[in-house]
Amino acid sequence: MTEEPDFEGYTCPVPVQRSDTVVLGHGSGGRLSHDLVDRLFLPELGQAAPRALDDSAVLTIGGQRLALTTDSHVVAPLFFPGGDIGRLAVCGTVNDLAMVGATPVALTCGFIIEEGLSFEILQRVVQSMREAAAEAGVFIAAGDTKVVQKGGADKLFINTSGVGCVPDGLYISGMNAKPGDVIIVSGTIGDHGIAVLSEREGLGFETDLQSDVAPLNHLVCEMLAAGELHVLRDPTRGGLGTTLVEISGQSNVIVELQEWAIPVKLQVRAACEMLGFDSLYVANEGKLVAFVAEKDADKILAEMRKNKYGRDAAVIGKVTRSGNPQVRLKTAIGGTRLVDMLPGEMLPRIC
Amino acid sequence: MKYIDEYRDPVKVKALLDEIAATITRPWVLMEICGGQTYAFLHHGLDDMLPKELELVHGPGCPVCVTPLEQIDRAIAIANRPDVIFTSYGDMLRVPGSSVNLFAIRAKGGDVRVVYSPLEAVELAANNPDRQVVFFAIGFETTAPPNAMAVLQASQRGLKNFSVLVSHVRVPPAMEALLASKTNRVQAFLAAGHVCAVMGYHEYPVIAEKYHIPVVVTGFEPVDLLRGVLAAARQLEAGKAVVENAYERTVTFNGNQPAQQTIQTVFMPVDRKWRGIGIIPMSGWGLRPEFAQLDAETRFAVGEIVTQESPLCIAGEILQGLKKPLQCSAYGKQCTPQTPLGAPMVSAEGACAAYYRYHRN
Repeated sequence: MTEEPDFEGYTCPVPVQRSDTVVLGHGSGGRLSHDLVDRLFLPELGQAAPRALDDSAVLTIGGQRLALTTDSHVVAPLFFPGGDIGRLAVCGTVNDLAMVGATPVALTCGFIIEEGLSFEILQRVVQSMREAAAEAGVFIAAGDTKVVQKGGADKLFINTSGVGCVPDGLYISGMNAKPGDVIIVSGTIGDHGIAVLSEREGLGFETDLQSDVAPLNHLVCEMLAAGELHVLRDPTRGGLGTTLVEISGQSNVIVELQEWAIPVKLQVRAACEMLGFDSLYVANEGKLVAFVAEKDADKILAEMRKNKYGRDAAVIGKVTRSGNPQVRLKTAIGGTRLVDMLPGEMLPRIC
Repeated sequence: MKYIDEYRDPVKVKALLDEIAATITRPWVLMEICGGQTYAFLHHGLDDMLPKELELVHGPGCPVCVTPLEQIDRAIAIANRPDVIFTSYGDMLRVPGSSVNLFAIRAKGGDVRVVYSPLEAVELAANNPDRQVVFFAIGFETTAPPNAMAVLQASQRGLKNFSVLVSHVRVPPAMEALLASKTNRVQAFLAAGHVCAVMGYHEYPVIAEKYHIPVVVTGFEPVDLLRGVLAAARQLEAGKAVVENAYERTVTFNGNQPAQQTIQTVFMPVDRKWRGIGIIPMSGWGLRPEFAQLDAETRFAVGEIVTQESPLCIAGEILQGLKKPLQCSAYGKQCTPQTPLGAPMVSAEGACAAYYRYHRN
């Protein structure tokens, strides 16, 4: 005879201790990544770093304000619809510089190559880097090459670092969001993540979707000329949702979004519905989110829409007030819910 | 987007909410069985739009939440073996066993892979004849047919290196167990639409009659959910207790017969332990004896692993609607999606995780 089911005693399991190893989720750009930075990197290495934790650090050297940043690229596959690891490596760092209002000047690149990679592939990647750098108007000033034995890396990893000049008096930071700010996204979200996923996972869905990977520095330049910007951020890993939670936390403000105003391509929506993903957490590589002064919002939006990388720009919400950081989403059916960071890896649902 | 937008139409939603409000004259307690429904209520902010008299109780229909701890520990023991490729639906990788989860095993070099279909695992077995490929077959009647199909195909192809770790559960026995509980508060069920798409709803009239409880087959979009709530509210107000189908576009009385046939060919009802609840008689699917050679539990001799749950959180009370996640003292403090104390905090479909993401204050 079986024992009686015991709902009185329905309990939870013993808590799992914090993992003693790094897991993939630590690189997802979401909550686990933040934990890693807060608990390990900042206490050990953060002394000399400015506390702003923006996409680039801004340093004043010899009276000149310089933006400095670095980014490593480990995307698989190396080539995906709309881009490749080379274009990604250049645009990622250019965009990080642009997100503090800097004019990108020069990049360095470090190649970590697994032995056995064909020269043909490497050549295509490097050509793509050259084209992206030309489009962004930056030059590649220094580089490094390391080759590791088979299995020591997955074909090719690229690190790029970059410097740019920040105009005097310009202060763009995640800490600078203010009540009344209008929130603008430069176009449809989730294109990159779903385009890469459709190649990578062999999910059996075909799409004409292209990654949005693009340099955004010219767009930012036009926005700066059009009005007062407080925050700029490119929502890459972790997506728009994680980025907005970060900014609300850095600035201690309450953000309110309108779900129906957030531009999402039909293909991305469909893929997300099918896989159980939320497009708010899907990666972008050619989009930015801006918090702008209310008085200039219309002008900035109009200017953005003239640029090919801002054609679908839209106002998606506003900063309602200062206070306990929170991102609230008005849903399309008239409800309200909170938006949180991506907890770890984004996982497809079971059924 | 067709089949989505018309079921998220704010005008239709408002009309249904008004109709529900006009129907209700007193408080009622409804349980949505499926974690997907819990997720949808909170994701759309729909729970706060319902009349205050209607209380939603979040049911046990989250496959990740109910898979017992010892089964996770068995999965971990198998995944730790160097000769094994362990395959699973993605959500299961984050579920805590008694010490670690499958993500941690992967980080330490275990070959743990996320698959989107169990048939991918069968292909892996065919392509890696020198490795053992194990698929973690979990879930309700929704995942049982494809998992059964994987067993059938592997068997027909004579793949000696494929096996399944089975922890399938069935909805109707869980509903009965809930209703038989002395502390039950549930007055009507919103039955799980996806489960019914496979199984139909012919198993429910006997439950509705025996326990005098309305059962409404309900879908997952806002309009679907509200149609289910309205049908249940009307029955409750009228003192009726019958089975209704408010998800006609997907569900028929007899369900998907070929899928049921596939389940029957491979699986048979067995007693099954539910995480934190205990054994519910005949509440699971187990492999039939003719497929016993594909049972990973015996192949890797992990059946002896038995783990005791620890009484640290209030998931039982949440399950019965006696408490809400917000009333748990650990909620959002010691217990978060990154450091779950309990399974309901793990999956997006778990009640605590859904509250944490969408409803924290």
